[in-house]
Amino acid sequence: MAADVALSVPAAEEAPFGDVRSAARPAKPWRPPTDETPVVRRTLIGIALVFLGFVLFLPLVAVFVEALRGGVALYWAAITEPDALAAVQLTLLVAVIAVPVNLVFGVAAAWAIAKYEFRGKSLLTTLIDLPFSVSPVISGLVFVLLFGAQGFFGPWLQSTGVQIIFAVPGLVLATLFVTFPFVARELIPLMQEQGTGDEEAALSLGASGWQAFRLVTLPNVKWALLYGVLLCNARAMGEFGAVSVVSGHIRGLTNTMPLHVEILYNEYAFSAAFAVASLLALLSLVTLAAKSILEWRYAQDIAATRGRGH
Amino acid sequence: MDIRIERIAKTFDRYPALNDISLDIRSGELVALLGPSGSGKTTLLRLIAGLEQPSAGRVWFGAEDASSLTIQERNVGFVFQHYALFKHMTVLDNIGFGLRVRPSGRRPAKAEIRRRAEALLDLVQLSDLGRRFPAQLSGGQRQRVALARALAIEPRVLLLDEPFGALDAKVRKDLRRWLREIHDRTGHTTVFVTHDQEEAMELADRVVVMSNGRIEQVGSADEIYDAPASPFVFSFIGASNALPIRIAGGQALLDGTVLDLPPLAERDGEARLYLRPHDLAVVDAGEGTIIGTVAAVRRTSGHRLVELAIGSAGDRVEVEVPASRAVSAGEQLAVKPLRWRIYRDTNAQALAA
Amino acid sequence: MVAAALSGPFRKPSILPGFGLTLGLTLAWLGTIVLIPLAALVLKSAGLGWEAFGTLVTDPRTISALKLSFGAALVAATINLVFGLLLAWVLVRYRFPGRRLIDAFIDLPFALPTAVAGIALTALYAPNGWIGQFLAPLGIKVAYTPLGVVVALVFVSLPFIVRTVEPVLAEIDREVEEAAASLGANRRQTVFGVVLPTLMPALLTGYALALARAVGEYGSVIFIAGNIPYVSEIAPLLIVIRLEEFNYAGATAVAAVMLAISFVMLLVINLIQAWSRRRFGDGR
Repeated sequence: MAADVALSVPAAEEAPFGDVRSAARPAKPWRPPTDETPVVRRTLIGIALVFLGFVLFLPLVAVFVEALRGGVALYWAAITEPDALAAVQLTLLVAVIAVPVNLVFGVAAAWAIAKYEFRGKSLLTTLIDLPFSVSPVISGLVFVLLFGAQGFFGPWLQSTGVQIIFAVPGLVLATLFVTFPFVARELIPLMQEQGTGDEEAALSLGASGWQAFRLVTLPNVKWALLYGVLLCNARAMGEFGAVSVVSGHIRGLTNTMPLHVEILYNEYAFSAAFAVASLLALLSLVTLAAKSILEWRYAQDIAATRGRGH
Repeated sequence: MDIRIERIAKTFDRYPALNDISLDIRSGELVALLGPSGSGKTTLLRLIAGLEQPSAGRVWFGAEDASSLTIQERNVGFVFQHYALFKHMTVLDNIGFGLRVRPSGRRPAKAEIRRRAEALLDLVQLSDLGRRFPAQLSGGQRQRVALARALAIEPRVLLLDEPFGALDAKVRKDLRRWLREIHDRTGHTTVFVTHDQEEAMELADRVVVMSNGRIEQVGSADEIYDAPASPFVFSFIGASNALPIRIAGGQALLDGTVLDLPPLAERDGEARLYLRPHDLAVVDAGEGTIIGTVAAVRRTSGHRLVELAIGSAGDRVEVEVPASRAVSAGEQLAVKPLRWRIYRDTNAQALAA
Repeated sequence: MVAAALSGPFRKPSILPGFGLTLGLTLAWLGTIVLIPLAALVLKSAGLGWEAFGTLVTDPRTISALKLSFGAALVAATINLVFGLLLAWVLVRYRFPGRRLIDAFIDLPFALPTAVAGIALTALYAPNGWIGQFLAPLGIKVAYTPLGVVVALVFVSLPFIVRTVEPVLAEIDREVEEAAASLGANRRQTVFGVVLPTLMPALLTGYALALARAVGEYGSVIFIAGNIPYVSEIAPLLIVIRLEEFNYAGATAVAAVMLAISFVMLLVINLIQAWSRRRFGDGR
């Protein structure tokens, strides 16, 4: 083998040097230069866990404990009482309307924004995100200003006998507003990253535009789409501020579950309030679980850029 | 500062990355660690720097055992493959970083840091770009800044990991020459990692050829090209052909015919004959020549590359012939080795690429 | 750049069909659900006239509600700036049992309806609540005070900073930290001098997002705040109160101010990202 590989080390030099060093400096466990010391690491993890425990975990536990405080029978009574059932039904109805509508819109918006270059594109993207930055109360208020008794279309609506505010259409509109961006914002970055190559290939092979979308685009984004729908649904069912403004709080008629929780709570029916709240908490846990499973299994298919909040 | 690597081994999760490596690097020398990916060359460089801890063995800087020093204490200039510039700092702030983070006793004054950073910027010929951010520089410029930053701490040794790997061919050639000039001016002991044999041969005083966590050969460009110590080195450096032969009574037999080679001092048995395309001469067919059928002819810039199918097994051999000589496929051609190496088959099996 | 964009065609040609359909649908729907309603708010407040608008906005109760909403949001976002960074760091850099579960749990405030969060936090921090009963003897009142507002806003805005910082932190090349160490920087110098500045655009973006969310938050706050005018009454609640009084002008005026704040925040976020793209050559 190589002649230049030298093993010779001057013995006279090595011995004292090596010994002095190892004596003066007891070998501490080596750690990569990009790691913190174990003490620092454990302290940081500890602080993080304590903080999360107090801020996130305890409130969640509190919901379930308070819900069951009065016993299972009371819990069951609270969630099967007619007003509660009506609230559940209404919540489901609102979600069943709002989610598919925003799904269609979200896909259309993502297609237009991700697959083409046109002027004003970034402005359009910003506008789609706008409902996230608006207070939920304002999201409700704007519809009162449009369709309320004193609103722009109020007199006209009254003359035709259509009621929007303090009725189901108002709830749906407010929910559509607050859940507007969810699907689009999950799809846009991913579809932008995927580019137009696949679709162009499909067209060159003779597919129609619709076939290209159905057979190429949709399978490419299905998990991200599901992800967006999941978040959209959670928000649609859980929205409080916006629907509170347009609902009028009519029991059995315009009370969604979150509003029902509020009414019970303000009537000091705490256990009942927490019982209904626990259903919503369960929904959020299911959403989180489904979301995490999607993220763990299909991370590449979901996220082009994950990072901004919802 | 000379570097002595003494019986270093490194294991990652029980997978050995380096196997009992020893190497002496002389003060002021420019040494290349050359090998394919996975050969352990980058690991060796990171061990010298102190970015990794060896499983066994020691690293000496001069008479000092550097093994127990942290990377901060080792005072090495390390240039990363992707430059690792601090993107929120200007070029000048990047270069001055190593001086700014010194403990207050050894930290130069602000004006002095600035002066030194500017001097280094001049050295790497980027004098006007000090106020720019890394994102505003080209790849070659970033590489120069990374080098200036490493030089700013007055390192005892300079270590570069694939310094030109991410650059395009033209810039790469220019920077190669320029790095040599800088080295000759500053005189730092320099070790760089590369998988590009031309780069290693052109730039380095000595080349360390590595494979599978071992050193295959250490030598000058001439030594590793003209006298490769192993079939791996032969086939990794430059173009090569290998033919299976049998040695019997000091003679080499190819497919049963005796080749016209000087008597061999080798034991009888299987072996491999290693040949470079330009060390084969086309001759008239005769005793001891290698005869094959032309399978393909390719024109390159200076000559023709002829692919010969040899013997019953149809082993392929590439021969370089002058462009003026017309060769067509199907033709019979006889060649004679001008220079060659023979390695025992056991080695060749394991190592020939 | 701008001139070229303006003089160029409206869109680059593409062989993919459906541009007109999808863009038309997008604009129509965006207009119907978002833009026209928001325009109604702007119109309505413009219709008030400057003087009336000024009087409504400078009403002491309005001022104190806006101050509380904005002030508490600032405090909450700042608390989350520290803890959000810490959480992102721990979740990205360290491996420990349950890490993935905790990472998934961070999104709870996005998924949990705000009203549920509100009553749960109140159950914890009321003077006789789980935590409140231990704080009360110390003279610390959380629920029904501005402090309660901060607690609720910390809850709802927690994920923003964690989720903005996490991907950027995960993408930081370890080589950069190794480079700092090789240049002699100790761990503290590397973290504060190299890593944190790199995270700065993400931190600022997350901070602005958290702030925007917290300023407008309603559901989680109203239960814990106690809603005492001039003390713990937030601006969104004041809008609701004015509406219930059929004082549409009053509601509109407060809403217009808050909408303006939202727009400013949005602008700030976009400016941060544009600045970061220019300087660092990417979107973070």
